[in-house]
Amino acid sequence: MNNQTGSLNNGNIIEISQLNKWYGDFHALKNINLNVKEGEIIVVCGPSGSGKSTLIRCINFLEKFQEGQILVGGTELTDDAQKIRKIRSEVSMVFQHFNLFPHLTIIDNLTLAPIWVHNETKQEAREKALSLLDRVGIKDQAEKYPNQLSGGQQQRVAIARSLCTSPKIMLFDEPTSALDPEMISEVLDVMVELANEGITMICVTHEMGFAKKVAQRIIFMDEGQVVEENDPENFFNNAESDRLKLFLSQILTH
Amino acid sequence: MPINEIQTTRIPPKSQIGTLVWLKENLFSTWTNSALTAISLYLLYICLPPLLNWLLISANFSFGTVNIFGFSIQFSEEMATNSNCGRSAACWPFIYEKFDMFIYGFYPREEIWRPNTVFAITALLFISVKLIKNLKHKNKILLSFIVLYPVISYFLLLGGLGILPVVETYKLGGLMLTLIIASFGIIISFPLGILLALGRQSELSTVRFFSVIYIEFIRAVPLITILFMASNVLPLFFDAGISMDKLVRALIAITLFQAAYMAEVVRGGLQAIPKGQYEAADAIGLSYFQKNILIVLPQALKISIPNIVGSSISLFKDTTLVLIIGLMDFLAVVTGAAADKEWLGRHLEGYVFVAMVLWVMLYTMSRYSKKLELRFNTENTN
Repeated sequence: MNNQTGSLNNGNIIEISQLNKWYGDFHALKNINLNVKEGEIIVVCGPSGSGKSTLIRCINFLEKFQEGQILVGGTELTDDAQKIRKIRSEVSMVFQHFNLFPHLTIIDNLTLAPIWVHNETKQEAREKALSLLDRVGIKDQAEKYPNQLSGGQQQRVAIARSLCTSPKIMLFDEPTSALDPEMISEVLDVMVELANEGITMICVTHEMGFAKKVAQRIIFMDEGQVVEENDPENFFNNAESDRLKLFLSQILTH
Repeated sequence: MPINEIQTTRIPPKSQIGTLVWLKENLFSTWTNSALTAISLYLLYICLPPLLNWLLISANFSFGTVNIFGFSIQFSEEMATNSNCGRSAACWPFIYEKFDMFIYGFYPREEIWRPNTVFAITALLFISVKLIKNLKHKNKILLSFIVLYPVISYFLLLGGLGILPVVETYKLGGLMLTLIIASFGIIISFPLGILLALGRQSELSTVRFFSVIYIEFIRAVPLITILFMASNVLPLFFDAGISMDKLVRALIAITLFQAAYMAEVVRGGLQAIPKGQYEAADAIGLSYFQKNILIVLPQALKISIPNIVGSSISLFKDTTLVLIIGLMDFLAVVTGAAADKEWLGRHLEGYVFVAMVLWVMLYTMSRYSKKLELRFNTENTN
């Protein structure tokens, strides 16, 4: 339990052991054990309220947990503000509701963390931000404000923003759930492209097509526990537990 | 013709715009509305004529010969005096005669150029803020203004250093004093209020505890009590030898009072910021101060502008309470001016004049806040 070395264990960039979390009396996460290899792409799915968002929000300490241990890049997550900031500067998150900063232009949204957290010059940050915006296909919107963009565009900006700091790990918290149907694919396309570049990704999503296409491992959670985990092939075709079978039948009938 | 052809935009039909339609929609839309309109018109009919009569029609405007920017304008042969002015309508020459007192209080007449310079610098400041908007070093220039302005104003108003004759603070008065107290209170309480508001939301329980105690204590006590405390009780705690200037005590009392209210106004703004903004700021690795200064406060303050201005306006009005601790502010000088044996009993003119000046200033403030709101509104700018 006191594994606090700075180096990676067996290439695991994230190691979660015996993680337990309560909201008041509600036991939200129960004995979670999860190791993520560097460059691995993991999809977490499950019914709503199953704790999947809570789990990935524990990884960058947006949620505090009461028991267990999380190592990110060999650093243990504790209350230490310094360590948390270090981990957060290497772990990026994309939110369900984008959470862009509405008082800043798109380009300022992107350059904020590079300038203030990573001490880059304005010029460097701006150039990188523009090239990232170009990659997600909205370079021409750089000087606009978030609310002038469509949902799909905003989420692509949010992805570009989280890439701006060259993170080692990307966390996606239901990135397409708040989008209108016709905008989902533009965001997923960007995510697929990212997945092909070898960045470590953990995605909470209901997009099973995306999971089939890029995931190396799919984790099914229910009632705060990891019920099943498998590679996509076996996950969809050889589900073991009844709960997963039920979930798959509900989600794949459409 | 295809049914889905895109139509061009047309102007609305005539029956929906124009004065008559406006009247009908806004004043006579329902029976109750019509009745209220009629009652209002009747009240105006009763009140307005005598008011206009007192203010303008029968009022005395015999200013004698007035010199405005080098031009002599003759209003009348002689200037009116208290006795030949009459009591049935306003006697405006009183205001003209006592104008310096209304504006500067008992400030030495030969030194009046000093407060005038401060007024001029203030006006210049407002203009230059607009002009330097596009300059490269605007932040440095602004910062030096902010540091230099109070120092220069202080030196000009009160003198010292052997260069300018010293003017004691009790000689400050009138509109000048009101403006000094109000702007000092508003400007200094603003950062204090922000700190208190953040303190109240802090995760550190000691900080939160003291912020809550301070805010709730101050808000539960009327300003007049705090002024009395500052003026009468505070000196009891000091040795007899140490005396603190009366004006300084009033300034401290008003600032501490306003800080508590400002804190609550800012807190309202802070609470309106969605949790997602805090999370996004945390997730990209910003520190506590970066998060608040770069993300949370700009948005929270923007939402709070109307309330900040509202609170500032009410402080502006509350500063008139300093007359009870013996400071001769804009309202208090009316009593002083009307106590002059040459102009005995002209309070009413004085109060009407003070009310009109205050109204113009405060209304300008509230209009300005509307403009600020629009300028900072980056949302819904489709």
